[in-house]
Amino acid sequence: MAFDDAYRALTDHDDDARWAYGTGFADPFAGVPTELPAGVDPADLAAYCLMLGDDALIMSHRLQEWVTRAPELEDELALANIALDLLGQARLLLTRAGQAEGSGRDEDTMAFRREAAEFRHVCLAERADADFAHLVARLLVLSTWRLAAFDRLTASRDPMLAAVAAKGIKEITYHRDYAAQWVVRLGDGTELSHARMAAAAEAIAAPAGELFRPHEVEIRLAAAGVAVDPSTLRAEFDAVLGQVLTAATLDPHIFDTEMYAPADCGAAATMPPGPGAPGGRPPSGRDGEHTAALHDILTEMQSLARAVPGGAW
Amino acid sequence: MNAALRNSSPGAPADSAPAVPAAMLRSSSPGAAADPTAATPGGVLPDAAGVVGAVVDPELPMLTLTELGVVRDVRQDGDEVVVTITPTYSGCPAMDSIRADIRAALLQAGYEQVDVRTVLAPAWTTDWISESGKRKLAAAGIVPPGPAPRRAAGPVPLTLTARATPADCPRCGHADTEVLAAFGATACRELRRCRACREPFERVKEI
Repeated sequence: MAFDDAYRALTDHDDDARWAYGTGFADPFAGVPTELPAGVDPADLAAYCLMLGDDALIMSHRLQEWVTRAPELEDELALANIALDLLGQARLLLTRAGQAEGSGRDEDTMAFRREAAEFRHVCLAERADADFAHLVARLLVLSTWRLAAFDRLTASRDPMLAAVAAKGIKEITYHRDYAAQWVVRLGDGTELSHARMAAAAEAIAAPAGELFRPHEVEIRLAAAGVAVDPSTLRAEFDAVLGQVLTAATLDPHIFDTEMYAPADCGAAATMPPGPGAPGGRPPSGRDGEHTAALHDILTEMQSLARAVPGGAW
Repeated sequence: MNAALRNSSPGAPADSAPAVPAAMLRSSSPGAAADPTAATPGGVLPDAAGVVGAVVDPELPMLTLTELGVVRDVRQDGDEVVVTITPTYSGCPAMDSIRADIRAALLQAGYEQVDVRTVLAPAWTTDWISESGKRKLAAAGIVPPGPAPRRAAGPVPLTLTARATPADCPRCGHADTEVLAAFGATACRELRRCRACREPFERVKEI
């Protein structure tokens, strides 16, 4: 058979077996050994996998919202590709979370059946984008943090986390490059694009601080050699952001702020309150505290799965 | 694709293996003229590695999964075949389809116990695309990848300007080509254009 047209092979069957891959994904870890590392609280590991998995899942959803609205067709493809990479990372991490908690919850149950207060992502991931500058600023911050974290997680004592990280690094490297190149293009562009890029960076600087505030789960698992204490990522993050912002003719110290309060996420219009945080510290997205933006996301993302339980095509 | 078929394929016990749908058999053995995968009449099963080696990638069907580096290992233990595969990208939507295709090819060849396992580490790299795979990509007008970048110690370096990876135009052979978009129709491809003949073409990116 000749393959002059690669797409023919996808569509020339007389049934729909190749038309699309469908929803029947069974298990992204099929055949992968699932033992947990010794001496680690399975509930902590599950919570940590949800933190990293939900960051990816919710940001992927926000990226998908831009498809059909991007400034150029090439950026549609780029955003869809990045969203797909993050969705793939989320599948692995949500599956691992279900294995760790021993509940039998699979990736679909995790994505489609949890309530808002059970999601563990940072508020920056769920934030709605006022314009394209906000999107690339958020993508730059989240992928810079994630790349630094995954780079360290390749040495995790959890073999699954280490494998997901090693694979993810290659992907997040070009996510970060894509975002950084757009920040430079807009910041070092016209007067208008510079002003809007500067406004976007300022708007997300305070919420970005949440990424570096260690949660008790992160501290315990970092001590056990499984996770990364996010406060240790600050220096690498600042160096990368400084490089990008300087090239973009923006203030290189915008993200230096250590300030973070839940109100920075727009929590004035908050959801029903989350489960709170230990020790009286203010609760964060890592505790399940979220804004009305997550309600909008879940309403769309979960509606079909909740309306047709177990549905597949 | 119906869910029952999908769910029954990967990892199902051999004794409850469902009948293999005809469409899957067709897609798993495109070279039907001299089919090395068919069961031989005398009851001797064909070489399992050869059977798996004929299964093509659903998104780059000019390549076999072995040439693409997705198949990491084929082990035969008596009547049981254990195939180990790895995804190219975390978000690869074709992994379940790939598992089903490999399983279907082995069942068609007469094997009854088939186990397709996934490994994530070490992570897939374009360096695992075989020389014959690269030749087939080039023959299909897709520029094959160069060597994957070797990372130095320290943080992952940031790239603020598009990399100037050289690539000759697969149509006219001219070296003066440019990147139109770093993200193409699939995660592994970029879109380029030849400045001489003005034709667009694709290139597999090194990772």
